[in-house]
Amino acid sequence: MSHQILNMTDIVKCYYLGGEEQKVLDDVCFSVNSGEFVSILGPSGSGKTTLMNIIGCLDVPTSGSYILSGNTVEDQDEGELARIRNREIGFVFQQFQLLPRLNALQNVELPLIYSGVGERERKKRAAEMLNKVGLSDKFYNKPNQLSGGQQQRVAIARAMVTQPTILLADEPTGALDQTTGKQIMTLFRELNAEGRTIIMITHDPEIAKNATRVVQILDGRLSEGGV
Amino acid sequence: MFRESVRISWSNIINNKMRSFLTILGIVIGVGSIIALITIVQGATDQVTSQVASFGADKITVSTFGTPLKRGLLDRDIKKLTQIENVAGVSPTISKKDSVVFAKRVRENVSIQGKNEVYFDKTRDLMENGRPLNILDIESKNKVCLIGANVSNDLFWGINPIGRELRIGGIKYKIVGTLKESFGFTISSNNDAVIIPYTTAMSFLGTRYISSVEIFMADSKQSETITTSIKSVLNEAFNYKDDSFTIFNMQDILTTILSMTAMLSLMLGGIASISLVVGGIGIMNMMLVSVTERTSEIGLRKALGAEPRRIQQQFLIEAVVLSVFGGAMGLFLGVTLAFAVCNLIGVNFSLAISTVLLALGFSAAIGIIFGFAPARKASRLNPIDALRSV
Repeated sequence: MSHQILNMTDIVKCYYLGGEEQKVLDDVCFSVNSGEFVSILGPSGSGKTTLMNIIGCLDVPTSGSYILSGNTVEDQDEGELARIRNREIGFVFQQFQLLPRLNALQNVELPLIYSGVGERERKKRAAEMLNKVGLSDKFYNKPNQLSGGQQQRVAIARAMVTQPTILLADEPTGALDQTTGKQIMTLFRELNAEGRTIIMITHDPEIAKNATRVVQILDGRLSEGGV
Repeated sequence: MFRESVRISWSNIINNKMRSFLTILGIVIGVGSIIALITIVQGATDQVTSQVASFGADKITVSTFGTPLKRGLLDRDIKKLTQIENVAGVSPTISKKDSVVFAKRVRENVSIQGKNEVYFDKTRDLMENGRPLNILDIESKNKVCLIGANVSNDLFWGINPIGRELRIGGIKYKIVGTLKESFGFTISSNNDAVIIPYTTAMSFLGTRYISSVEIFMADSKQSETITTSIKSVLNEAFNYKDDSFTIFNMQDILTTILSMTAMLSLMLGGIASISLVVGGIGIMNMMLVSVTERTSEIGLRKALGAEPRRIQQQFLIEAVVLSVFGGAMGLFLGVTLAFAVCNLIGVNFSLAISTVLLALGFSAAIGIIFGFAPARKASRLNPIDALRSV
């Protein structure tokens, strides 16, 4: 019943630094089925952030093909990429990336503004999502009135509120202490158990183990298999 | 979506109150001075225009110097002038300074003016008491007169002058009316005048010639053709001699005044709009700073699905909100200033709706023009770089 929602074939990403070509991703082939919880494990400089950017449609590959939920990503313009991101991807960042002037509810509402959801519906869905991540009493708190773990929960609620195809997390526990990190991982596993597809990028093998499948990236090359 | 952008813009402005205020100060001053200048100049123009119009905008005044043989116009020339198309009436003036006597009282150096009934028909607010001259007075050369306020006050203090007899050059004239006192600066003050029928003046004042004529137009739009016709009549009357007459057209004066004040407003407005441009640059500067400051916010919004178009729209709206807000403040400032100045110099204050729209439209345009580059910059930010710049 699970089907392929993401398929990358021969993805190459090059950067030009000082006239020299640097291959950050080298013929990466990668696919994810719906309902999977995949960790992409790699040390810094391995190309995992570049891979995440490409998965998240923030960047396009130099060559290769990338199909996300039937969308051919590599030949879309910026506007179309933005719409795909809005629809298909829920981002969770290491530094939470909440807007400091907005309260929790408004932060969660943000992606819905860009998908054109009306104000009342936005509030309702954002509130539901905050309840789900266990912040029902923090709707009107600004990010600086929340702990790191709570901020990351708000960020997860924001990522989930559009019901995206993939929850894409970049070092989601990187800025948190161990206990809080574990709580966040528990939340991820719960979300996955509900059928949410999650791709998590991390350098920490212990964190990566939370996933149902771990792939390793080293020097721009991807290999299946655990630690 | 639009409302969302306006709300975001507003909260950004509120969050940077001091900076926003300093930024829009240029717009406030620019719009304020434009509004004030336009309103004050407009008020002054209206004042001058209505004053000039009160002298008679539908009136052409001819003064004659004549020739050695013919020192002024004669009755037959007046008839010809009357026959010109679109001329509603012709009022000749024969004038002479003389002393007037009532009982034992003498007033010297009074302006004795021979006029006709047309003058009384066409001039507003002339009569105080009694009756004006009529056609019978003219045709029968009646020895009747109307007296100005100063003459009346001087010679007839406490006495009703109507029905009394006034002596001019030894001849008795019956006073049939008094003229209203005119205040302030007007060319055609009759305060010191005594008006008699011009036909009577021709016979008894010792001047056979009419020195000036007022020609009233039925249609002041035709003033040019009428003036041409008048010229040809006068040229004929004075045998085509140069410099034998001058034609003074209120309409022309009015047109000149209007074009002068229009030029003046344009010039002053031009100077004031320099500060609008400076204000616009201020807005551009603040928007550029704002884009840089909010790079990571822009990146996040883009990652969450904001299209470049949306980002551009948001920053553009922010610039416009900023400048229109400045425009509104400038409008308030300008109107207050104009009101104060108009009261101070005694000019009617009236605010044209077009001025208000101009101010707001202009400031919105400034916002769009100077907000465009920063908004475009924001929309082109690469979300990856933008997110990284935390």
